[in-house]
This record gives sequence, structure tokens and C-alpha cells, in this order.
Amino acid sequence: MGNSSFRHLVLAACASLALAAPAMAETVLRIGYLRVAQPLPPTLSNLDPIPDKNGLAGAETGLADNLTTGKFLGQTYEMTRVDVAEGDDPLAAARDLLAASPYLVLDAAASDLLAIADLPEAAGAMLFNTSAGDLDLRDTACRANLFHTLASDAMRTDALAQVLVKRRWDDLVMITGTHPADISYAQAMRRSLTKFGLSLEAEKEWAFDADMRRTASQEVPLFTQDFGDYDALIIADEVHDFGRYVLYNTWEARPVVGSEGLTAVGWSPVIEQWGAAQLQSRFEEQHQREMTAQDYAAWAALRTLGEALTRTNATDPETLRAYILSDAFELAGFKGRPLTYRDWNGQLRQPIAVAHPRALVAQAPLDGFLHQINELDSLGLDRPESKCEAFQ
Amino acid sequence: MIRLTALLTLLSTTAMAGEIWVTNEKDDTISVISTETLEVVRTYETGERPRGIIFSKDYSRVYICASDSNAVQVMDPNSGEILHELPSGDDPEQFVLHPNDRHLYIANEDDAITTVVDTETRKVIAQIDVGVEPEGMAVSPDGRIAITTSETTNMAHWIDTETQELFANTLVDSRPRHAEFVKDGTEMWVSSEIGGTLTVFDVATQGEKAKIEFEVQGVHPDRVQPVGFEFTAGDTHAYVALGPSNHVAVVNADTYEVEDYILVGRRVWHMDFNADRSLLFTTNGVSGDVTVIDVAKRTAIKSIKVGRFPWGAAFRPTGS
Repeated sequence: MGNSSFRHLVLAACASLALAAPAMAETVLRIGYLRVAQPLPPTLSNLDPIPDKNGLAGAETGLADNLTTGKFLGQTYEMTRVDVAEGDDPLAAARDLLAASPYLVLDAAASDLLAIADLPEAAGAMLFNTSAGDLDLRDTACRANLFHTLASDAMRTDALAQVLVKRRWDDLVMITGTHPADISYAQAMRRSLTKFGLSLEAEKEWAFDADMRRTASQEVPLFTQDFGDYDALIIADEVHDFGRYVLYNTWEARPVVGSEGLTAVGWSPVIEQWGAAQLQSRFEEQHQREMTAQDYAAWAALRTLGEALTRTNATDPETLRAYILSDAFELAGFKGRPLTYRDWNGQLRQPIAVAHPRALVAQAPLDGFLHQINELDSLGLDRPESKCEAFQ
Repeated sequence: MIRLTALLTLLSTTAMAGEIWVTNEKDDTISVISTETLEVVRTYETGERPRGIIFSKDYSRVYICASDSNAVQVMDPNSGEILHELPSGDDPEQFVLHPNDRHLYIANEDDAITTVVDTETRKVIAQIDVGVEPEGMAVSPDGRIAITTSETTNMAHWIDTETQELFANTLVDSRPRHAEFVKDGTEMWVSSEIGGTLTVFDVATQGEKAKIEFEVQGVHPDRVQPVGFEFTAGDTHAYVALGPSNHVAVVNADTYEVEDYILVGRRVWHMDFNADRSLLFTTNGVSGDVTVIDVAKRTAIKSIKVGRFPWGAAFRPTGS
């Protein structure tokens, strides 16, 4: 390449950048982040720190990623955050945010998500559920404007069931807490066990109240004695109340899985493969704590919008929604495979980590769980299983 | 054994003797493989998490990205002694040596920066803002253009090495990993790991010239993830590591068509050739070994056990 042609090349490139980059002509994508505070149930242990800005921190990291990319394309992003205290009206806050932008990232209970999605102001908007794993939201109660970046409870329990099958731990028992989240997790687990040809030999409810005169760790051996022999004990304790005291206290020496012990999660600080170490360190540097599954879901929501704007240079929800649901969309989500959305219920397809607090044990879908189209659809509601009609 | 002896005889008569240096990301070591005996002949200790590895033009020094030590280490390849460290910015992952044999262009993965270091003065001469998670690095044969690819921003950033400024940014498919200039610098190729493609750019216009897709029988397309690639003599064919599909693809560099797939070790990542490019050595991260490919026959002929998570590979001649 001659000297003059190189100079020509640089000039031509500068000209094309100059067309795309001036600050005045920037494309701006505005995003609202709405958190509706949910009451925390009391738990036996006071040791668990409540992560600061759980979810929001992930959205902030996703926003920073988008901004870095956007500066090369003349695109920018603005995120407005609103917190709704317990007892205040989430719908008024949602209306305000929707007046400024059709893109909302939501941290709220399932009932609030549905109420917001059903607002007249939300028609044609794109809402991202980053907080509720409820199966209904991906099934009969789905909404055309509600996408889910958080893995559903069913995706997590399916992932765990695949590990149980693979390990041949098929003689199973379960202890369930009494909180609605525990009951809902137990339902998802029963569904997954049936789906993968497993069943429960016995179930018990952990409903200790004033009758419990000793510490939980002293109760557990007796409580689990009448399970007899089994391969693995499933704990449904999504509020993390009693489950931690079951490990190493069972009458029989058996592995504990479910809400404690070996857990199936959308994200975990122990994931380091697939470039994940970079996302973890970027997040930890920005927020001085480890990244949670809810942080990851909010990060994925921001990155979904970022990827759609990068590729389409459009800011209207019709174009972005169509692109996100198309075959052209793919999100590099540090899970070893491209992430895409299910066009039947708006769920983000993603591998699920099966991990204990110190290491990744497996990543579902596990080898051998085949699917005619995409093995990732062996997790959660597959097209024939979902009764969602809003996406048709 | 007879076949192996015959092969070795053949090699020793046709090829200049040499070594392949392999960085072991999770052992903090380098395994040195003889391209004649196809065995590990030495192991050297490095800083933490060694990844990118490159020799100076006269092979008197070897540069190593010690990612978690936040330094580029300079080693004497004859003794294995670390001579000194170069400032590199945080978390150096991959780098490329400018044809002037003096400037290293380094991707700082955690900081969205490309750092340019003068290996003689040992000083940083420029830091260039690039996209999120820069990784792939290349420099044109005439030294005028350096490339950084950014994994989360999904771009190739084109750097004018005279001004050390970006003059173009071109989108590619998801998670670009590696870049190479080929055909006398007229083409620039970028692999996209999650996108599953190779993009070929026309360097004069920075326009996309071709896109290469892969299809490995019995492997879901999601798991066919192109990463490192290298070219045979004359740039006629590209050998492309396809990550967790455990295959290397052979791409015709004129027609851009895939001609062959070769089964290698698990999570194949980077590679380099021996002196006459008759043998190709691929690093296989998960299986912790190096596969030797007979380039003429397009078959794997040997696996060599190295350290944990072998990552980079670089050839060094040792005289004939």
C-alpha cells in the first residue's frame, strides 16, 4: 500500500466516522429502571447480607457496556431509575417512566409485573422481567410486552433434574418450607421430576414454630430419620430460612440439592469459563460485591437493548421487538452459547449453572439431553408445553 | 512405531528444527515442544495466567502476557530467565509486535484499552480507548494499521499506528476473538466466537468482503465457535480453531469455502506452525494437550500432554 493511498484511506474513514459520530446527531435510547420493594420474610440466620442495589447494579454494568460500544456508533443510552417503597403505588411510577420511554426494566413481584404490563400506557412497550421466576408469567399469564431475562423456576428445576438423572440419583425425597416462594419452587421441582422421569419417594413440610425447642441443627437428624434410605434430599427453601441447617445434619449421609447445597442458578460468582471471569471482575470493580442472578438478568436486559440498537440503529419498540425475536438476534452472555429469546413466550434462552458455593458442578443442558431444535429448550417451557398465546 | 520413525526421518530432512512454545493459562508455565520429536522438552515458570506469547524478530526474546500479574514479561528463550517486565496496562490478554520489532500493541481486557509499549525504552507510548473486552490483535505487514477486536462491543477497531488513533470501527458478529492480516495486507480476517463466523474485510475500504460460516456434523451450531486461526504458506488456506466443537476447519482463502474439518482435542483455541508449515500445533484448553496436525494430509497425528489450559502457541526456530 503506497503512502498516498493510505492517507486517502484514513481520510475516507474519518469522513465516514464524522457522518456517524457528531454529538448533535446521536441516537439516544432511553430506558427506565423500576424497582418495587418487596417485603423480606424473617429467616433463622441473620448472616445473609442483602446485596446493595441487587439487580440495579447489573443494569448499571450493562449500561456501561452499552455506552462504551455506543460511542463508536454515535449512539447513547440514558437510564432513569425509580424506587417504589412498600405500600406505594407502582402503577403511577410505571406510568411516569413509560411517558418517557417504552423500555422498562422491572424488579417487582409477579402480580406487579402483570399490572404494569396491562397498563394502557404499556401497550406496545417492551418490559423486561428481571425478578420473578414464576412459571405462569411464561405460560397462561404471559403478556406480549413482557420479556423475561431471569431464568424461570422451571428452567432451574429442569437443570437440576438433568443432573439428578445423569448422576442416577433417582430415589429422591423433598423438604418444603411454607413461604409461597418455597411452595412455588416445590411445584416447579415436581413438574421437572415428572418431565425427566423421576419421582419423589417422600415429602415433608418444614413448619416448625413454637414447638421447636432446640436449634434447627439438632432437629434435622430426627426430622430426616423417617425418610429411610434415598439418594438425594431436595430442599425447597427459596427464602433461605432453614435449608442451610439441613446440610451435614441429615440422618443418612446424603447430598442436599435444590435451594441449598447443589443449586441451579441463572448466574453465580463461581462461573469463570466462557469469558465470564471478565464480566465478574468488571462487575466487582464497579460495585465492590459479587454478581447475583438478578444482577445478571438486569445486565442481560440492558445488553439485549444495546445489541438491538447496535445492529438496527432504530429506537422504536416495533423494530427492536421484531429484531430481538428474530433469528438475527444473538447475545453473547458469557455462558458459552449465544442467548436468544423464545418467540412463544419472551423468555431468554440460556444455559443454567448447577453449582455449589465454591464451584460450578455442571452446566445445563447436560450432554445427552437432546432436542430436535435447540438443546437449550430442554430447560423450561418448550414451545409445545407453553400455553402462552400473546406472542402468536 | 515404524510409521512414526519414517515420519520423523521425513521431517528432519525437510524441516528446520524448532520449538512450539505453549502458554498454560492455569499452570503459570510454558511448555516447550520440539517440532522434531513432538515431545515436551522443557517447562518454564511464568507470571500469573500466561496467555498471549510472541517472539522478537530475531527470536532472542519472548514476550508473554502474564494477565493476572498485569505485566508483559520478557524472557530469554535460551535460559527461561525472566529478564524484565514491561508496563502493559491491566490484564493484558493478547498482543502483537509491530514490524518495527519495537512496539507491542496490547489488548487490556478489563479496561477497554489498547496499550502501545516501546520494548526498548520500556515505556507506554499510547493508550487507545476501544470497545469492551478487547482481545484480538493484528498489525498490517507494512505496519501502518493495527487492529483490536472487542468481544462485548463486537467490533474491529482500526488504529492508525502513526497517530495511534482510531480511524474506523467496523461491526462484526458476536464476540470477536482473533484478527489477522493476509495476502500482503490486502485482507483482514476476524473470527467471531459466539456469532460462529469469520468476517473478511477489504483493508483499503474496511468494507466486508466475505463471511465464512461453519457446519460440523453432529455438533449444534451454537457450539461451533471460531477462535484462533493461522494461514498456510502463501496464505492459500486458513486453519481455524472451532473451540468447544473440538474441530479445526480448513478454509480455502481464495474461495472462502470450508474444505475440511479435523477432529482435535477439547476446546481448541490457538495454534502455530513449524518452520516449513508442514505441521500445525493447536492448543486444546479443556483436554490440556496440544494436537499435531499433518497439514498435507489434514489429519491429526499426535496429542501432546502439556500444562493446564494451554492457551497461546508460538514457533521458534532452533537452527537446522
